[in-house]
Amino acid sequence: MKYHEVIVVGAGLAGLRAAVETATDLDTAILTQVPPVRSHSGAAQGGVNAPMGNNPAGKDDSVEKHSYDTIKGSDFLADQDSVELMIGEATPCIYEMEHWGCPFSRTPEGKIAQRPFGGAGFPRTCFASDKTGLYMLHTLWERSVALNVKTYEERFVTDIVVENGNVVGVIALNIVTGDFEPYMADTVIFGTGGPGQVYGRSTNALISTGSGAYIAYKRGVPLKDMEFIQFHPTSLFGTNILMTEGARGEGGYLINNLGERFMSKYAPKAMELGPRDIVSRSIQTEINEGRGFEGGYVHLDLRHLGREKILDRLPGIRDIAINFAGVDPIDKPIPIQPGQHYAMGGISTDKNGATNIKGFYAAGECACVSVHGANRLGGNSLLDTVVFGKLSGKHVKEFMKTKKDRRQGEGMIMKTLEEQEKNRENLLIKSGTENHAAIRDEMKQTMIEKVGIFRTGAQMKEALDKILELKKRYESIRVMYKGRKYNMDYLRAYELWGMLELAHVITLGAIKREESRGSHSRTDFPKRDDAKFLRHTMATWTPDGPKIGYSDVNVYKYPPVERKY
Amino acid sequence: MAIATTPVTLKIQRFNPDTDKEPYWREYTIQAKPGMTVLEALFEVLNKYDGTLSFRFCCRGAICGACSMMIGGKIRLACETQVSAIKKRPLMISPMPHKKVIKDLVVDMDPFFEQMRSIKPYLVAKEPFPEKEIYQSEKDRAKLTEPIDCILCGSCSSACTVAWWDPNYIGPASLTKAYRFVVDSRDTIRDERLDMVDSEDGVWRCHTIFNCVDVCPKKINQTDAIQYLKRQLVKRKIGLL
Ligand SMILES: Cc1cc2nc3c(=O)[nH]c(=O)nc-3n(C[C@H](O)[C@H](O)[C@H](O)COP(=O)(O)OP(=O)(O)OC[C@H]3O[C@@H](n4cnc5c(N)ncnc54)[C@H](O)[C@@H]3O)c2cc1C
Repeated sequence: MKYHEVIVVGAGLAGLRAAVETATDLDTAILTQVPPVRSHSGAAQGGVNAPMGNNPAGKDDSVEKHSYDTIKGSDFLADQDSVELMIGEATPCIYEMEHWGCPFSRTPEGKIAQRPFGGAGFPRTCFASDKTGLYMLHTLWERSVALNVKTYEERFVTDIVVENGNVVGVIALNIVTGDFEPYMADTVIFGTGGPGQVYGRSTNALISTGSGAYIAYKRGVPLKDMEFIQFHPTSLFGTNILMTEGARGEGGYLINNLGERFMSKYAPKAMELGPRDIVSRSIQTEINEGRGFEGGYVHLDLRHLGREKILDRLPGIRDIAINFAGVDPIDKPIPIQPGQHYAMGGISTDKNGATNIKGFYAAGECACVSVHGANRLGGNSLLDTVVFGKLSGKHVKEFMKTKKDRRQGEGMIMKTLEEQEKNRENLLIKSGTENHAAIRDEMKQTMIEKVGIFRTGAQMKEALDKILELKKRYESIRVMYKGRKYNMDYLRAYELWGMLELAHVITLGAIKREESRGSHSRTDFPKRDDAKFLRHTMATWTPDGPKIGYSDVNVYKYPPVERKY
Repeated sequence: MAIATTPVTLKIQRFNPDTDKEPYWREYTIQAKPGMTVLEALFEVLNKYDGTLSFRFCCRGAICGACSMMIGGKIRLACETQVSAIKKRPLMISPMPHKKVIKDLVVDMDPFFEQMRSIKPYLVAKEPFPEKEIYQSEKDRAKLTEPIDCILCGSCSSACTVAWWDPNYIGPASLTKAYRFVVDSRDTIRDERLDMVDSEDGVWRCHTIFNCVDVCPKKINQTDAIQYLKRQLVKRKIGLL
């Protein structure tokens, strides 16, 4: 059986950053569903925040100010000590990326360039044209090559193995051969990304299904704050491919069908650069009240920026608009609508990325420390991936110094492997009538319509009933392809169950949270209710569905105030 | 209101080396919505008609490089190619040529990544690192703009006729990667990088046929990059570097 001291699952920014950290001291291997450079992090466009003050307008920026913006942006649900930790690490972490080769755009003096982003008091978003995620991802992959980190690609991890409260290994489906493979490990770090595909109209990659979060949940790690789903204001109408916030950071306008810059009504000071939850709701309100365009969109207008600036700062946006919508932003406004974008919640971890299972860590979008609370600021997620990827790697190194029992759990790992094989047999043998792709579509539709930007108890109750119905129908699905090799049909059917479970957690948490906070906006409870809900939602798995509990938020420094922009 | 769809016949090359003697073609007629991409069409086949089909995908936004394949006679990314953009029917879809087929449209990319790893595809900056960023002028940064756009999709190496008969050829993508570091003002091992590409299987193999440039979804000029490396090697030889 293959054994490594550290197994990192996922090779996006969080997973790679963790692996690069541990690989200098420990035998580290990465298991990943797609080759590292295909990971969803590569789609990130706008940039990554750090209070460096490289932009003249940002010279008074500081860790404290960035922290406060983040906490306020989170609608005070982020843990304040964790936020300060992340922001404190930001600048050194970005310098490190630069030293490893990340081709950031530059200021005239040759420093890392920074642009304004939503919800931020200063221009502090470091960027590399409008493909920051792509270049950061390639840089970390390159670093992993330099360190010769063993990488097993097209391995879909289906379970972690836990014995006496310690993680002892993982089970992975080799997508190419169709074999389940056992891996023994002393520590496991998940960097498996977000669950965006649970929703319709998502900006996320098609593999962002939350499979990692589901595994952790099923094995007894609570999921924190899952009802907080970020809707990005500007996704391309039709395909919901992202149009970065950087487009507004560079000066883009949002315009309704009356030709108005409608943000003046909702965030008169910040205008288009209000925080995402507020801008998304504003756009949706315009559409709902008949001031959108047919089909349900508004315009993102870049024309006044001029050809030069668009070509220099937003070339990727221009290509996407041309290739996917037939619109050249130099000449025409881009049709956009809000789309599901990010999950603030995830696998509950502490500041070191550690979970309640010894040796099991999580970082990046799959995890929730919490530093984003009820609403993440643009540019803070890439930061989260590199900072907490690194910190979890660091903590693993410490943990391994004192860990005595190594190479444990062989019997347990083989038993789990057999279970997985048996489960597959059971799934393939079914000759039901339900098409799992249709169930997936119905789930996505339900979530975007009923647990979306604006929520009500009644609608969410309908969503919950629908999810329960879909779970029931899942029992009689049929997988057409019974073979082993590169069986996408099986894999997609398999991952759908986890998605339904996550949809269940999101919806139930949202129903129980009878207030409006950040991205969770209830028209039946329009006010924030700190007395009752200044608490993290904690969902634990039970055979009868999620059990919802709550845990305290760290508010040691800044008392909650109303958010105005 | 129901969206108007048009029937489109896709002709897809199928092959499972474990069970099939050789590749064969199969036709599927799907209902295409306006604006439907080839990747969406493949999912339509998978979801409704034939679950045994295999293909790669991920971001569906032309940035991850997973879905290069032969579409309508040319190597393209399935996610950014609209069904309506290809006029010929049936719409022919097959794997990237000259790569070992794992199954259907999925090809073996290991050799491609092995080549990439062989050219030290990472920056080697001067150590110890400065406390802040390594300064780079906007002009020096601009030299990186084109090569860093590579998404490692493999289209160029699949289209390169030289790579077809010389499997050891480092190939256009890896050479462009080498170029990316050679022109990076922060790198310190320029000579070693030039040595790595100065071989029969390196830059001298390129016969400037421009197939790579022709298929690159990111419009990178790999041939130019390779020619630049050749010129640097010549300059170095005659003592101009
Ligand atoms: C279009 C877009 C633009 C964005 N732009 C920005 C931005 O400008 N700034 C910002 O801060 N944030 C941005 N974000 C958010 C940010 O990009 C993501 O939150 C972040 O990249 C997530 O990184 P990650 O490493 O956690 O996960 P990912 O990059 O999603 O990587 C997940 C990895 O896990 C692997 N994996 C998943 N499940 C399994 C499994 N079961 N077994 C094995 N492997 C598995 C995958 O193969 C992959 O390698 C953007 C997001 C989107 C969608």
